[in-house]
Amino acid sequence: MTILTNKADKIDRLAELTQSNESVNGSSLWREAFRRMRSSKMAIIGAAIIAAFVLVAVVGPMLAPHGATAQTWRSEVFPNQGKFIGMRGENWFGLDHLGRDMFSRWLVGARQTLLVGVVSMLIGLIVGALVGVLSGAAATLGGKAGQRIDTVIMRFTDIMLSLPSLLLAVSIAAVLGQSLTTVMIAVGVVQIPIFARLLRGSMLVQGGADYVLAAKAVGIRRKRIVLTQILPNSLSPVIVQATLSLATAIIEAAALSYLGLGNPDPAVPEWGVMLSQAQRFFDNEPMMAAYPAIGIIITALGFTLLGEAMREALDPKLRG
Amino acid sequence: MSLLELDDVKVHFPVKKGLFFDRTVGHVYAVDGVSLSIEAGQTYGLVGESGCGKTTLGRAVLRLNDITDGGVVFDGTDLAKLPGEEMRAFRRRLQMVFQDPLGSLNPRQNIESILSEGMAAHGIGKDQAERREKIKDILAKVGLPSNALSRYPHEFSGGQRQRIGIARALVLEPDVIICDEPVSALDVSVQAQVINLLEELQESLGLTYLVIAHDLAVVRHISDVIGVMYLGGLVEEAPSDALYAGPRHPYTKALMSAVPVPDPEIEDRRERILLHGDLPSPANPPAGCRFHTRCPWVQETKCATERPPLLDTGDGHKVACHFTAEIEAGTVKRTLATGIEAVVGTETVAAEAEEVSEAETEAPAADAPKKEPATVPAQADANARAKATDAGEARTKAADATEEAADAPEKAEDSPKT
Repeated sequence: MTILTNKADKIDRLAELTQSNESVNGSSLWREAFRRMRSSKMAIIGAAIIAAFVLVAVVGPMLAPHGATAQTWRSEVFPNQGKFIGMRGENWFGLDHLGRDMFSRWLVGARQTLLVGVVSMLIGLIVGALVGVLSGAAATLGGKAGQRIDTVIMRFTDIMLSLPSLLLAVSIAAVLGQSLTTVMIAVGVVQIPIFARLLRGSMLVQGGADYVLAAKAVGIRRKRIVLTQILPNSLSPVIVQATLSLATAIIEAAALSYLGLGNPDPAVPEWGVMLSQAQRFFDNEPMMAAYPAIGIIITALGFTLLGEAMREALDPKLRG
Repeated sequence: MSLLELDDVKVHFPVKKGLFFDRTVGHVYAVDGVSLSIEAGQTYGLVGESGCGKTTLGRAVLRLNDITDGGVVFDGTDLAKLPGEEMRAFRRRLQMVFQDPLGSLNPRQNIESILSEGMAAHGIGKDQAERREKIKDILAKVGLPSNALSRYPHEFSGGQRQRIGIARALVLEPDVIICDEPVSALDVSVQAQVINLLEELQESLGLTYLVIAHDLAVVRHISDVIGVMYLGGLVEEAPSDALYAGPRHPYTKALMSAVPVPDPEIEDRRERILLHGDLPSPANPPAGCRFHTRCPWVQETKCATERPPLLDTGDGHKVACHFTAEIEAGTVKRTLATGIEAVVGTETVAAEAEEVSEAETEAPAADAPKKEPATVPAQADANARAKATDAGEARTKAADATEEAADAPEKAEDSPKT
């Protein structure tokens, strides 16, 4: 019960961020936030890390010196005897247990990781936003019936929030079978209640604002009030959350791959898969686990830094 | 037939509690049976302290709040029972100006978008170009430059924002505008401009206003008829001048006596009625007359048991009090202790004290030439001195009392906001 309320509280608090935005800066809110982010070290470092990661993911496979799946140096490694090849001129990150070039696998794996992160975040964002808009619109303008709909939807999201996210993702992956799509869906579904609750909370705050009342008084139709008045003013915490959840999505996708629920073809490199393969040889060759782990940590750090910087830039209480 | 008629309007908000399913555990009686009528072209001023339900009433007229019971008859149509879409169509003719000029404008829309959205919703103007022309017209009328169109609300000053709010109402060519505290969020220097603008517009466009305010001076300036609200009900309604010249309900008397008079001499002498205690909770209003818990004239009979109806006492001066005539005639005395005793009491003592101190200064002078009959002046002296100490005390008392009284108008100005 406490986990449930804690999570719900956190999301609601983030939703409150929109509360006083509207009264201070109006249209230039985003411009102002951008200006403040440019002077924030956190934002710059985060953005730089993300840019590097995206660059690696996009052009990495072209730069890879060797084939990512080719077991070129199969005869040089003997995993059973604990004989591995570490860093060397030809193979910067050494070789894995099947004699494949780790550096090439790392570069190619970045693309998969980014893909999983972005797609699952988008699944969570889009579905969650739809649910949130429905719930928020029903609660603010739907009258008594709308409030009932909102209550039902929110209790349902509360139930989803109360389940540990990894457990939920594992159950979904178990139902859908082993594939990369499964990982994306599983990680995305975990994000749905977070986005839904966040947007709904933010819309509730905006729904009580005077300008919404004014729009009603002028005689604008309810659908239009939601789309032109409430929604544009409720989006900022959702965008912050999207950045932050990219980091968790990457980590969770890696965890699912590690548990063996990811891409059924183990030859296709992905940081989570690489990590799980390295586990067996961790005693003899810890560096094999270190490269994908460092990649995941730094990328997640980048998204978290940018997300936190955005939150601060958008938080009216920290305006200076 | 009046343009807008409210018939026993009630707005009750349910108080809900519950773990999973909300149960109604009580009601807040925000507006509890208000009847009034506004003639076309007239301005009706609604005053009352914060929490008395005047804003709720204004919003109920536009159906921005659900009306629990009663009728809002506008030009022959009962708005209270209209289904949603028909009500939406009627909103064109009933508009509202809000208290907070910035908060009531969407920060992400520019002025053109804000003003044209309502027109589009009601099908005014064929296309955006035609609407833009009309908006430019209205902007000129409310005194805004036409280059305001592409700017955003935060780029304007408070007064300008309120003009935008007024323009938003005007573009729909309404018959009635409900002004909810139209100037209370503005600088004093700008308040007069906005009030004058509202008056000019009324004259040139033949508008009807319902002005909700707590600033008695503003309401007096702009209104033809004034209604005074207390805890969800009207306690007095009269033509503006009559109400200010002779308030008849005890609550109105108290309210009026809180307004300072610019003449310091009159200000020092005039009677003030200080009410004790706070506004009772509208969730649990007192039985009988809503005001009886704070009324200085409260009587043992009727007040606590029977709710007085709003009755005409002559010349359209309506009062909701069981003892209006008796209070006017002075046959009913004040019963509750209020600040008034202190003020009146010390004022008379202070007046005496003045005489006494005069006598005191005269006394030594009188002493000097006539030394012979020493006993009599000495006694007089002692008397005078005794009185003088009394007077001194009385003065400090009087000073306290005026201080207390000086607080009162401030409080009265501060508290009523909604």
